[in-house]
Amino acid sequence: MRFIEEYRDAEAAQRFAEAIRKTVTRDWTIMEICGGQTHAIMKFGIDELLPPQVTLLHGPGCPVCVTPVELIDKAVELASRPDVIFCSFGDMLRVPGTKGDLLSAKAAGGGVRMVYSPMDALQLALKNPDRQVVFFAVGFETTAPANAMAVYQAKRLSVKNFSILVSHVLVPPAIEAILNAPNNRVQGFLAAGHVCTVMGYTEYEPIAKKYHVPIVVTGFEPLDILQGIYMCVKQLEEGRAEVENQYARSVRREGNRPAQELVREVFEVVPRKWRGIGEIPQSGLGLREPYREYDAERRFALVTGSVEEASECISGLILQGAKKPTDCPAFGTKCTPEHPLGATMVSSEGACAAYFKYRRRS
Amino acid sequence: MCLAIPGQILSIEGDDPLTRTGKVSFGGIVKDVNLAYVPEAKVGDYVIVHVGFALSVVDEKEAQEVFEYLRQMEELSELQEQPT
Repeated sequence: MRFIEEYRDAEAAQRFAEAIRKTVTRDWTIMEICGGQTHAIMKFGIDELLPPQVTLLHGPGCPVCVTPVELIDKAVELASRPDVIFCSFGDMLRVPGTKGDLLSAKAAGGGVRMVYSPMDALQLALKNPDRQVVFFAVGFETTAPANAMAVYQAKRLSVKNFSILVSHVLVPPAIEAILNAPNNRVQGFLAAGHVCTVMGYTEYEPIAKKYHVPIVVTGFEPLDILQGIYMCVKQLEEGRAEVENQYARSVRREGNRPAQELVREVFEVVPRKWRGIGEIPQSGLGLREPYREYDAERRFALVTGSVEEASECISGLILQGAKKPTDCPAFGTKCTPEHPLGATMVSSEGACAAYFKYRRRS
Repeated sequence: MCLAIPGQILSIEGDDPLTRTGKVSFGGIVKDVNLAYVPEAKVGDYVIVHVGFALSVVDEKEAQEVFEYLRQMEELSELQEQPT
């Protein structure tokens, strides 16, 4: 496929790796934010092409991983109601809450549907006027425009049986939380190319300046990631801390204005709890007052309980870049994708699941 | 989750800017894609698609920059390695 295969060229990848080797004079630690990038790094063995001085840490950019257990429990509760059709992206179905996951709710007779787009959930609501259709609106800035459109259209069409269970999170506050952590080791970031396709990268410029940390907006194919690492290492070696854009074929500095406008129309910035990390101020999106009638938590008067996580799981430290999956004694033994103990083993984009799939030998 | 893939617009239907829809081919697999966020997109363009929405039009010139960057980087490196 065009714009995919050419960026997987093995010879060009080796040439980028050679350039990184020639540039590096000392140890550097770089974090890729997005779980999609983590997955690609493991799948294509990009970390194995790098010189030993460059360490990649894997960031919190996996919405499935950071969705709080309390919200999974609410999803399962809603899915178990006979009047509800609960719609979700496929990768949320297996995430364990305290009382099972959405797939087990489905097996027990719950109306759970996997959908490709929030608009499919809205269509289901139009076709099933006697049922309540709830969409599990998780994701980062990339997914927010689609979810905003579903809610905006629901209001425009006066659809009364559609709502969303919201767990939207934002990248820049998470980067700041990582940089402010006392045990932070990250010296440079690869920012998430599709988040920046929507939002642009002006909001990263003050972060690069304040923390003197290079941030390179990076794509998802092997050559994108290698070029992003090269640009980041070059900045570190030269003592620069700027925002650069490797993924210019999709990302413009100002981002996608029409998408941002609709997201701002429907959502406002709110505090959010991140699974494994805790609450981060102003780190997520919630529905604005004119759209609150579409908030499933309000419509069904759901109550938030507090939840204890498995104590031996170190996913919080992994999401913050303080530990690697292989540092965990439960990794690959007590904790596997079939029986995950925590967030980062659950989603295929989680660092633990990516290591398990591609690196079990080590 | 933020997976988005490039596909080529084969045709465009609808006048309402919020529901303008394209038939987009992903290596031969054709899907309906909402084009509300890429008002500038036209038939033949490649768009980056996420959960049924096009988020950007691929800039064909910038798409070649990765290879141009690699070439220039190596030329510079060779120049620096030559004895003066």
